[in-house]
Amino acid sequence: MQNAGQKQTQTKEQVRRIINENMGRKLLLDKAHIEGIRYYDTYRKNGGYEAAGKVFKTMSPDLVVEEVKKSGLRGRGGAGFPTGMKWSFLAKPEGVPRYLVCNADESEPGTFKDRYLMEFLPHLLIEGLLIASYALGSHSTYIYIRGEYAWIPDILEEAIAEAKQNGWLGKNIQGTGFDLEIYVQRGAGAYICGEETALIESLEGKRGNPRIKPPFPAVKGLWQCPTVVNNVETLAAVVPIINIGGEEYAKIGIGKSTGTKLISACGNIKKPGVYEIDMTISVEEFIYSDEYCGGIPKGKRLKACIPGGSSVPILPANLLLKTAKGETRMMTYESLNDGGFASGSMMGSGGFVVLDEDQCVVRNTYTLARFYHHESCGQCSPCREGTGWMKRVLHNIEYGKGKMSDIDLLWDIQRKIEGNTICPLGDAAAWPVAAAIRHFRDEFEWHVKNPNAAQQRNFGIAHYADPLPVAAAAV
Amino acid sequence: MFSEEKLNKVKEIIARYPEGKQKSALIPLLHLAQEEFGGWLSPETMDYVGSLLQITPIEVYEVATFYSMFNLKPVGKYLFEVCQTGPCMLNGSDQIIDYIKQKLKIGVGETTPDGLFTLKTVECLGACGYAPMMQLGKHFREHLTPEKVDAIIAECRSKANAN
Repeated sequence: MQNAGQKQTQTKEQVRRIINENMGRKLLLDKAHIEGIRYYDTYRKNGGYEAAGKVFKTMSPDLVVEEVKKSGLRGRGGAGFPTGMKWSFLAKPEGVPRYLVCNADESEPGTFKDRYLMEFLPHLLIEGLLIASYALGSHSTYIYIRGEYAWIPDILEEAIAEAKQNGWLGKNIQGTGFDLEIYVQRGAGAYICGEETALIESLEGKRGNPRIKPPFPAVKGLWQCPTVVNNVETLAAVVPIINIGGEEYAKIGIGKSTGTKLISACGNIKKPGVYEIDMTISVEEFIYSDEYCGGIPKGKRLKACIPGGSSVPILPANLLLKTAKGETRMMTYESLNDGGFASGSMMGSGGFVVLDEDQCVVRNTYTLARFYHHESCGQCSPCREGTGWMKRVLHNIEYGKGKMSDIDLLWDIQRKIEGNTICPLGDAAAWPVAAAIRHFRDEFEWHVKNPNAAQQRNFGIAHYADPLPVAAAAV
Repeated sequence: MFSEEKLNKVKEIIARYPEGKQKSALIPLLHLAQEEFGGWLSPETMDYVGSLLQITPIEVYEVATFYSMFNLKPVGKYLFEVCQTGPCMLNGSDQIIDYIKQKLKIGVGETTPDGLFTLKTVECLGACGYAPMMQLGKHFREHLTPEKVDAIIAECRSKANAN
């Protein structure tokens, strides 16, 4: 048996090598361990601002956009839209200013990767913003950061001041005639402001109500001017793309999942934290290898996982590690989505939440429904009313007051929210409920059939929750 | 009224935006006002912020009521904002909230009679890998245990006594 196991590992390694000889490459966090990398001098000494220097010396703005297109970089905030394409949609009418806005409103439960980048590598973000602003022609660029990250604006503003002192921001940067100011704006506690049009509204000093699209921000965004909104990680990734070249960047990863992705891993794992993966590893390896999550504490078994932030469908262990077709599930946009929502999930924002065998899916779903109800802006009635309704029904089930018909009712409510709202928050609220019922209906039924037990114990009915794969338990 | 120093800060914030777009400074100014004027926003404070930006009071109220970080009622000197969303729940935030309730003898949304502590539950603060956690002032307190909660409460009490 041992031999067979070893042989299998070797084959997997070989396969990986064939797929990609760049495996394990780190492009964003490669210097995160260096003492003092937060400060300009250390960042500069370790190759910082070389990409920006290269851009100013040798590249036109359009060439930068081309390079990003070639890289195949996809938006790292959750939607995965190709960044270069988003940039090329930016309208450029004469005499109208254009804006770049950095979305640092990271609020998707399970996601804390942008915080890591800003806290430990602020200059990487500033350099990315500088290059992107040059490419897009933005002279005032705003970082919109969630209000709760209250200490991070100080770090960013310090980095901005250092960059300015060293001639990388302000007027006539590096003698090119290009001017740029970067400002940090704090939000004040609203998940919805991570949606780009809500973010723009908030930046204009209003409630975070998403706008009806079209017009898209690329045509009418901040103060009705053409605007690009990009996630922190997306903008940071521009730096290595310029350094190594778009084509080289595109060689990393599998298929349309190019480059590296930050995954914030949390829940029931031994080593929660932010990991940079090159999108060639399997989900199983990510959870169990010591290089990443290190497995599940206390020898417990894997029950389920939400692989891309709270909005994406939860998957039971068997469908998480292997697709419905029986193929190894990989940490890529395509593989995580394999099987659609019937048997797959999404890469989303990279918020990787692991549930061990003691966790209650009903309670987890209830906390997420409460989250979406709290965060609904209230603009569209299906979302405003539906999220609260789902929360109340889930609360009843979780606390032993549910009926069998409530499970179908929940299914019905989520169906009526999905696709019927201005922004994707409605979908984001519907999907976790739908997936929980789809894959763990028996657990909901257990709560209804055993009201006393459900009331007494909020956790730990997992041994009832089928199915647990033998493979996961054996690792 | 803001001090001279804070008024300069207000000017600096307004200068970040194009001419005539000073309303964009509303959220930063409300943060500043909340810090300056006792940790919450009274109607008078909101009206004052509106006057600084030359916008109507309703434009301030509709924003202040939308964002969960703005307190519209007085809160204790130390505001415990404990996360209760999925990833924190998986790591025992329910038990931490219960522990704080029992320790401070207050419910969620309540303030201790001495005006020192307010307990608030919040939704995901983006520290899921360091759960359970809470926000206290500007910073996060992570990997909470009953012992850590005890230490935080003691720390707040001794700070309050020192003042």
